[in-house]
Amino acid sequence: MAKVVSIEEAIAKVHDGMTVMVGGFLGCGNPHKIIDALIEKGVKDLTLICNDTSFPDNGIGKMVVAKQFKKIIVSHIGTNPETGRQMNTGETEVVLVPQGTLAEQVRAGGSGLGGFLTPTGVGTEVEAGKQKIEIDGKTYLLELPLRADVALIAGSKVDKKGNIYYNGATRNFNALMAPAADLVIVEAEELVEVGEIHPNDVMTPGIFVDCIVGGEK
Amino acid sequence: MDKESIKDFIAKRVAKELKDGDVVNLGIGLPTLVANYIPKGLDITLQSENGFVGLGPAPEPGKEQKDVVNAGGQPVSIHAGGAFFDSSVSFGIIRGGHVNATILGALQVDEKGNLANWKIPGKMVPGMGGAMDLVVGAKKVIVAMEHTAKGSPKILKQCNLPLTAAGEVNLIITEMGVIEVTGQGLLLKEINPEFSIEEVQKATEAALIISEDLKQMEV
Repeated sequence: MAKVVSIEEAIAKVHDGMTVMVGGFLGCGNPHKIIDALIEKGVKDLTLICNDTSFPDNGIGKMVVAKQFKKIIVSHIGTNPETGRQMNTGETEVVLVPQGTLAEQVRAGGSGLGGFLTPTGVGTEVEAGKQKIEIDGKTYLLELPLRADVALIAGSKVDKKGNIYYNGATRNFNALMAPAADLVIVEAEELVEVGEIHPNDVMTPGIFVDCIVGGEK
Repeated sequence: MDKESIKDFIAKRVAKELKDGDVVNLGIGLPTLVANYIPKGLDITLQSENGFVGLGPAPEPGKEQKDVVNAGGQPVSIHAGGAFFDSSVSFGIIRGGHVNATILGALQVDEKGNLANWKIPGKMVPGMGGAMDLVVGAKKVIVAMEHTAKGSPKILKQCNLPLTAAGEVNLIITEMGVIEVTGQGLLLKEINPEFSIEEVQKATEAALIISEDLKQMEV
């Protein structure tokens, strides 16, 4: 099955109202070309799962400015005043989640786990509505997995089977989101032939990836 | 002291808390300055929660790499011997007790070791980012901050802002002194000789226990 497609073909599968995971951390490792194409397409009422909402003029932050989300699930919005504005006016629902909990929710969603126990958030407003479980005298919160309709991720080097190598700090949430969505679209910074990434260096196996876009030199 | 020298003074004193071999996470702002004062000869590994250990200083202008940034999105470097990983591993390191010390700022901290630093309802809601995990997971939690906010105490009997974590703070270091959170309350262990005990207490809402072995704060 040919996975390499045009950005237009790939994002034709992203529809209004879907839940989308987007890899990256303050723009580093965001799939920038896919984001620009989704802004042009004008898809709306999406639910976003991402580490943060970046900056107003960078990466996923631009889709916040374009008002394409009805709900945003992230750990941090402080670098994008537009997210805070939409939250305060009630235009967009914003759910703030501790970063480690968010990462593990996505990991759990991609690895068939029904949830996990974390001490993070005990005694804070994060525990509201969550089941508390005591193990060996220590209190934990039961946190549930997260999955999405689509994951939009970025790879530094991607081969035509979808095997991904991430450079530097770009692995962040990208590697966790690839297994956690029904449809996975990776934006390649560099697209290479199968075999050009040594199996030792593959950080996301291609079996998780449905569509590969970008990679033009 | 002006504002900048207060920050440097606090950062210098915090740096003395670090031990050879420690893995340390520095929060954004004042805590970042601690990296400038790590005593020579100590092998300290800095962790960056966006996904690596071996965090180094900002590169020279023109030598930035777009894929190597810190948790504030700023260009940084990585030392030889460092390692990159995904966010799940990063927070496994944090919650799993593999970080010896986390140093972060506070809006409020109280005599029970409660910390508030992520939200002022109705005013400022940046989100907790990695702070809730860091404070729960790190072996030692050091709050590094100016003693008061425009003259109002930040060290309280009880925090009234939403908590980042309950009962996790171990040490508070300000320009006025070094305060340990104990089961009995807040123990003033060191005092900046520029201030009297009365002045420090006046700037602190919670009652201070004065150490029998009260030392001068040196940096």
